Amino acid sequence: MISANLSAIFYLISGILFILALRGLSSPDTSRQGNYFGIAGMIIAIVVTFLSVGNFSTSLTYVIMFLLIGGLIGAFIAFRIPMTAMPELVAGFHSLVGLAAVFVAIAAFLNPEAFNLGVVGKIKLASLIEMSIGAAVGAITFSGSIIAFLKLRGIMSGSPITFSGQHFLNLILGIGIFVLIYYLCISQSANIFWTVIMISFLVGILLIIPIGGADMPVVISMLNSYSGWAAAGIGFTLENTALIITGALVGSSGAILSYIMCKAMNRSFVSVILGGFGADSSSDNTKQKKDQKPVKSGNAEDAAFLMKNASSVIIVPGYGMAVAQAQHALREMVDKLKKNDIKVTYAIHPVAGRMPGHMNVLLAEANVPYDEVFELEDINNDFANSDVAFVIGANDVTNPVAKTDPKSPIFGMPVLDVEKCKSVLFVKRSLSPGYAGIDNELFYKDNTLMLFADAKKMTEDIVKNLD
Amino acid sequence: MEIDPFIFRLSIFILSIFIGYYVVWSVTPSLHTPLMSVTNAISSVIIVGAIIAALAGSSENIFGISSIFGFLAIVLAAINIFGGFLVTQRMLQMYKKKKDKKK
Repeated sequence: MISANLSAIFYLISGILFILALRGLSSPDTSRQGNYFGIAGMIIAIVVTFLSVGNFSTSLTYVIMFLLIGGLIGAFIAFRIPMTAMPELVAGFHSLVGLAAVFVAIAAFLNPEAFNLGVVGKIKLASLIEMSIGAAVGAITFSGSIIAFLKLRGIMSGSPITFSGQHFLNLILGIGIFVLIYYLCISQSANIFWTVIMISFLVGILLIIPIGGADMPVVISMLNSYSGWAAAGIGFTLENTALIITGALVGSSGAILSYIMCKAMNRSFVSVILGGFGADSSSDNTKQKKDQKPVKSGNAEDAAFLMKNASSVIIVPGYGMAVAQAQHALREMVDKLKKNDIKVTYAIHPVAGRMPGHMNVLLAEANVPYDEVFELEDINNDFANSDVAFVIGANDVTNPVAKTDPKSPIFGMPVLDVEKCKSVLFVKRSLSPGYAGIDNELFYKDNTLMLFADAKKMTEDIVKNLD
Repeated sequence: MEIDPFIFRLSIFILSIFIGYYVVWSVTPSLHTPLMSVTNAISSVIIVGAIIAALAGSSENIFGISSIFGFLAIVLAAINIFGGFLVTQRMLQMYKKKKDKKK
C-alpha cells in the first residue's frame, strides 16, 4: 500500500506522459515514440492503482483476469480491423469509454465508501453532482456512438431521421437531466439516478439519428470530445489527477477536431454541438437538376493517354476510393506514372472520408509516402500549374459551385480548385449528385473527362493501359 | 481560510484544457485518425476507477453488485486500452517517407 500523496504524484506523471503522447503526433517521425509514452502512462496508472488499493486478495486475481480478457479482445480487434473500417472502430471504442464511465459512476453510487465519497444515502454533494454529470455524459457518448457505429457500418441507413419538435424534445430532455440531478442531490434517491442515466441514453440516440452519413467526421470528433468530458467528470468524482488531465486533453482534442471539420464544411460549431444538422442539405436537389447539360465521357485508354503525356498529376481521393478499396490499385498507377518521370502528388480535403485523416491512413496503408500527400491549403495553388487532376471517389469537395453560387447549400465551403487544372479526370459510377444533393458543375466543364466505372476497376484498367 | 481541494482539481482541469488546445493544434492533419484512436486509448485510464470499484468487494463477497459494475468496466476499458494503443501503433507503422523509393 502506498500513500495517497505518492500515488497522486504517479498519477500526475502518467498525465504528463499522455500529454507527450499527443505531442508526439505533431510529426510522423515522433509519433511512434509518443505512442510508447502513452502506453507507459497507462501502465503506471494501473500499477499505482493496484498498489494504492493494496487489496491483494482473490479479487485481484479476478481483476487481472478480466483485464486480460478485455485486452485479448482489444488486441484481436486491433490486428484484424481493415483500415477502411477505422471510423466504425473509433465510434465503437468511444461507446466503450462512455459505457465504462457509466459503470464506474454506478459503482461509485452504490458503494461510495470504496471511493471515500461518504456512505450510501449520504454521498458528498459535490461528488454526487460530479458522478451524475459523468454518468450522464458517458451515457450520451455510449448511445450516440452506437448509433454512429450502426450508421457507419451501414446497418442503419445513413440518411438523417428527423421529426418535428426534435430540437424542442432534446432541449426538454436536456433540461430534464439537470432538474433530476438537482432532485438527486436533495433526495439521494437511487431511482432518480437510474432515470438520469436512462434519459441520457435516450438523448444520445436522439442527438445522432438526425445526422446524415457524410457529416460523420463531425459526429465522430464530437463523440470523441464527449468521451473526454465523461472521463473528466469521473476524474473529479474519484479525485484522480490522471483522469482529470486525460479527460481535459481528450475533450479539447475532440472539440478542436470538430471545429476543423465544421470549418471544412462551412457549418457553424454551435449547430453541430446541438446536433440536428444534415437535414437541410437535400432541399435543392430537384431544382438544380432540371437542365441536363452534355458531359464528355471517356474510357481507361483515354485516361491513360492523358496522364502519360502530362508532366504533373494531382490525385484527389475521397470516400468513394475507400468504399471501392481502390487505394492499392491507385498506388500501382502512380508508380507507373512516376516511372515515366511524371510528378504525382495527392490533395486531401479535410472532410474527405468518414473521419478526420481517414484518407491519409488509407494512402499510408497503400505505402504512399506521407510527404507526397498534401492538405487543401498547401496544394490548392498547384492545380493551376498542373496538367491532370485525377478525382477518385470525391465529389462535393471539388464542386466549384461552392465558390460561385451563393444560393448553393455548400456555398462558402472551402473546395479543391480542381477545375483550374488543364484537364480533369473524374472517376464516378454515374452522374448522380454527391451527398449534399447538388449537381457538380465540374462534370460539365470542357476540360473534364468523366470516367464512368467502379473506382477500383477503372484504376486497374488505367494501369493496364499505361504499359 | 482554506482553499477547497476541489478548486485545485478544477485548476488542473482548466490548465489541461489549455495544454490540450495547444498540443492538439500542433498535430499534423495527416495524423488525425491516429490522434482519435490514441485519445480513445488514453481516456480509458478510467480503468483506475473500475479497478478501485472491483477491488472494493470483501473477501467473502467478491462479486457484490458494485464490484460487478467495476469488473464490467474493467473489461470495457481494457478492450479500449489494448485495442486503442495497438491499432494506433499499427497505423503509425504505415506512415513512411519516400527516401527508400528514390530510384
